[in-house]
Amino acid sequence: MTLKVTRRQFFKLGAVGMATSSMAMMGFAPEPAVASIRHFKLTGAKITRSNCTYCSVGCGVLIYSRGDGAINSIDSIYHVEGDPDHPVSRGSLCPKGAGLLDYIQSESRLKYPQVREPGTDEWKRISWDEALTRIARHMKDDRDANFVDQDAEGNTVNHWTTTGMLAASASTNETAYLTQKIARSLGMVVLDNQARV
Amino acid sequence: MAGLAPTFGRGAMTNHWVDIRNADLILVMGGNAAEAHPVGFRWVMEAREHNDARLVVVDPRFNRTAAVADYYAEIRTGTDIAFLGGLISYLIETDQIHHEYVRAYTDASLIVREEFDFEDGLFTGYDAENSEYNKETWQYEYNEEGHALRDDTLQHPRCVFQLMRAHFSRYTPDVVSSVCGTPRDKIQHVWDMVAATVVDDKTMTILYALGWTQHSIGSQIIRTAAMLQLLLGNMGMRGGGINALRGHSNIQGLTDLGLLSDLLPGYMTLPEADEQDYEAYILDRSRPDLLPGEISYWRYYERFHVSLMKAWFADAATEANNWCYDWLPKLSESMYDVIHTFERMSHGEITGYICQGFNPLAAFPHKAKTSAALSRLKYLVVIDPLRTETAEFWKNHGEFNDVNTAEIDTEVFRLPTTSFAEEDGTIVNSSRWLQWFWAAAPPPGEALPDTAILAGIFLRMQQMYRDEGGAFSDALLNLSWPYRYPAEPSANEIAREYNGWALEDVVDEQRNIVCRAGEQVEDFGMLRADGSTASGCWIFAGCWTEEGNQMIRRDNSDPYGVGQTLGWSWSWPANRRILYNRASARPDGTPWAERKAVVWWNGNRWVGNDVPDFPVESAPAVAQGPFIMNQTGRGQFFARNRMVEGPFPEHYEPFETPIANNPMHPNNPLAKNNPGARVFEQDRANFGSFEEFPHAATTYRLTEHFHYWTMHNRLNAIAQPEKFVEIGETLANELGIVKGDRVRVSSKRGHIEAVAVVTKRIRPLQVAGRTVHQIGIPIHWGYLGETKRAHLTNTLTPSVGDANTQTPEFKSFLVRVDKL
Repeated sequence: MTLKVTRRQFFKLGAVGMATSSMAMMGFAPEPAVASIRHFKLTGAKITRSNCTYCSVGCGVLIYSRGDGAINSIDSIYHVEGDPDHPVSRGSLCPKGAGLLDYIQSESRLKYPQVREPGTDEWKRISWDEALTRIARHMKDDRDANFVDQDAEGNTVNHWTTTGMLAASASTNETAYLTQKIARSLGMVVLDNQARV
Repeated sequence: MAGLAPTFGRGAMTNHWVDIRNADLILVMGGNAAEAHPVGFRWVMEAREHNDARLVVVDPRFNRTAAVADYYAEIRTGTDIAFLGGLISYLIETDQIHHEYVRAYTDASLIVREEFDFEDGLFTGYDAENSEYNKETWQYEYNEEGHALRDDTLQHPRCVFQLMRAHFSRYTPDVVSSVCGTPRDKIQHVWDMVAATVVDDKTMTILYALGWTQHSIGSQIIRTAAMLQLLLGNMGMRGGGINALRGHSNIQGLTDLGLLSDLLPGYMTLPEADEQDYEAYILDRSRPDLLPGEISYWRYYERFHVSLMKAWFADAATEANNWCYDWLPKLSESMYDVIHTFERMSHGEITGYICQGFNPLAAFPHKAKTSAALSRLKYLVVIDPLRTETAEFWKNHGEFNDVNTAEIDTEVFRLPTTSFAEEDGTIVNSSRWLQWFWAAAPPPGEALPDTAILAGIFLRMQQMYRDEGGAFSDALLNLSWPYRYPAEPSANEIAREYNGWALEDVVDEQRNIVCRAGEQVEDFGMLRADGSTASGCWIFAGCWTEEGNQMIRRDNSDPYGVGQTLGWSWSWPANRRILYNRASARPDGTPWAERKAVVWWNGNRWVGNDVPDFPVESAPAVAQGPFIMNQTGRGQFFARNRMVEGPFPEHYEPFETPIANNPMHPNNPLAKNNPGARVFEQDRANFGSFEEFPHAATTYRLTEHFHYWTMHNRLNAIAQPEKFVEIGETLANELGIVKGDRVRVSSKRGHIEAVAVVTKRIRPLQVAGRTVHQIGIPIHWGYLGETKRAHLTNTLTPSVGDANTQTPEFKSFLVRVDKL
């Protein structure tokens, strides 16, 4: 038995972030998938709702990923398209959005923490623990050396102006909020984001 | 956004993408939405096709938006204040203003202090030595209760309306044409199209972007547009408003959360060094009404501030210690913006720098200065999904990045982070919608979410302070960290925190419990200043309530058929989609026009197709103003002391101008450029003159690329593989350049090389008796990634910013072009 389901209804059936592969096996497959001669490319994919993070329109996108289904298997993303339900973008994407898959899979993606030691000409792979510990050490040393608790007029200022930070305009609100909270608790005032440029 | 807040009360896009379809006229100026926001721009086409709307483009280039426009007028870059100032004067002198709206909803009737004046380009109180103003006289005249005096007939010679009228009367069509280089007939045509929207049932929306912000007078350009919309009665209306199209996907969110040197979340501000007294700090920000009975919503500042301190410091924040007031860093400079920071860095005053998803070597002006500054750091941390030029600033890339690696002693860490596809969370689009998304797959290699990286560094520092002691550590040791897995705070936990919750039962004035201890608050009205609530960002309160996460909502129904979709995601503030929507109705509460209605008074309360941006029970008879964040309740033509360079906008030339002086004030050198701008000595020495660099240049984006990121994507690299510049036909003929030639474009600060695109789309302009050619330079391409290697465009740009925001003047500078 195969239920007749339009493509759009199919998306609605697939709850947010939920794997739809089992539903497809149970027969909740969109008609084109069943009708097509060649196996429908998206059959068995997990559909995840997302948003394009280039410009500020905030177009809805659907990300299709699939692993081999085994325990500990790793999903990989193999298709990205516009979300037809999204009231602003209504399924469309611009040439940038159409290239999102190439961004996710770009050869320029960084995979490991690295350091470039002073004066050298190469990246050296290091562990997360080493990277984060060395950075924390640099920050603490600088903060201890240059933190200002009182200014020349005797005002309590409790600020740190010799390490600065640029926050990312494509990062989430959750990252941004945590950045703000941590930065101010350290007394950081040299803090900006792309809104300035 | 520094131009919008002093006018309307909030610095954000006032309407939203879909609402553009309700406009009758769309003015695109200082932006190129078809190119930079292509999918949002579809709503402009929708308005043209289904609402009989007209599209007008005013831009230095006949760009992709102009290509589908009903009318296009060329303009010299950086002269928009003259164009719009002339339009304001034209509307006033020909009596094409919305009288009832202006009288009831703006400060036009308020009377300004007698000492206030404007003479030859300078307002009262200018201190030439320090390039700053004493703004004492930039105020209304107040009575003993602190309320502004007014004359509702608008006849008083010092009422805002008459002062504004006199101020802009100098911008006659001839003057505008001479400053802007726009032919007179085109100016008139655009002005007449705009004037036609003054009637009740027609609205104009204005779309702008970085083409307005990236000028030394950027904030004042935006203010001029904001004033125009008030005069026409287009604010708060369907299809009206000022739509500030943000450049990045979450610039809105980062600004909302206060990721700027002087801000706290929700547009609260850090104290200055001399604000030592907590109560005085709060009092200064709890702005009282300047007209009797106005809402002036910032009067509740302390509720939002205390709730923030409770979110950050929990039990450590008490009334006795002024909610940890001393723990907050205080500012010794008004701003530690990026131009200021790289100036200090170039002098060796910065030890370390952290770039989180940010590529300053490519994105900041004057690359040579940026590179030299980074070379003086002890350590640099780059947190990014991609390789960036900044992380490799020390690497020699031949002519594209010719540095001496061995001499650069900066220790550089490069930390791989997740992309949007591999993490949970929200971004705030330009329309203020908080939209939630989910991780679709694990990140490559060992990449981690930013939150885990930040937590990893912070928790290690905390441990070092516990073990070793060190500089003042009360704030960092007591920072509330209520996350189940401390090293990996989840997006859910953080979102619940910025929404906020009750720490004790919250009661209203009748002692009814409105929110029980432990429950999520439903809106910012529940926040309290007595320590009984915690909220990390008051304007986001309502996004994660007891009903759950509101940002995941996906009901796209539109019951009124006007495009509001209130059930889709969640919009700040309080899920309102059109800001200031009380102004869509007449003072008596009925809509100005049925086809423009947003909210209306039903006899008992405000109702409508949007959430009212107004107290729902405030009857029209009470006559509170619609701009509830402003102390006057009204839209402000007169910015008082809220702008650096004056309460009214005035045209000043870009710091690199292709003409000899400011045609508005040819004999006053102090008024040639923005008198309030901050210019560092080495930056001034790096300004070029038009004798040496004769052409006006402007930078911009292409639809196929996003900054320097998409250079790394194969598809985008195929679509636009190689750096080019646009040169008008006339100039190209003069220089012997044909399309496809390689050219060198130089400024005082360096040069780039690119392919010449010779085009009819950039025309020579007649400006103040001189022929000015404009050169178009896309910002894209670098020497990493999949595209052909190229110089970074910001090799050319000058390091000077807008006087209010310090946004660099990327859109107006001088270059020379040579054929290679």
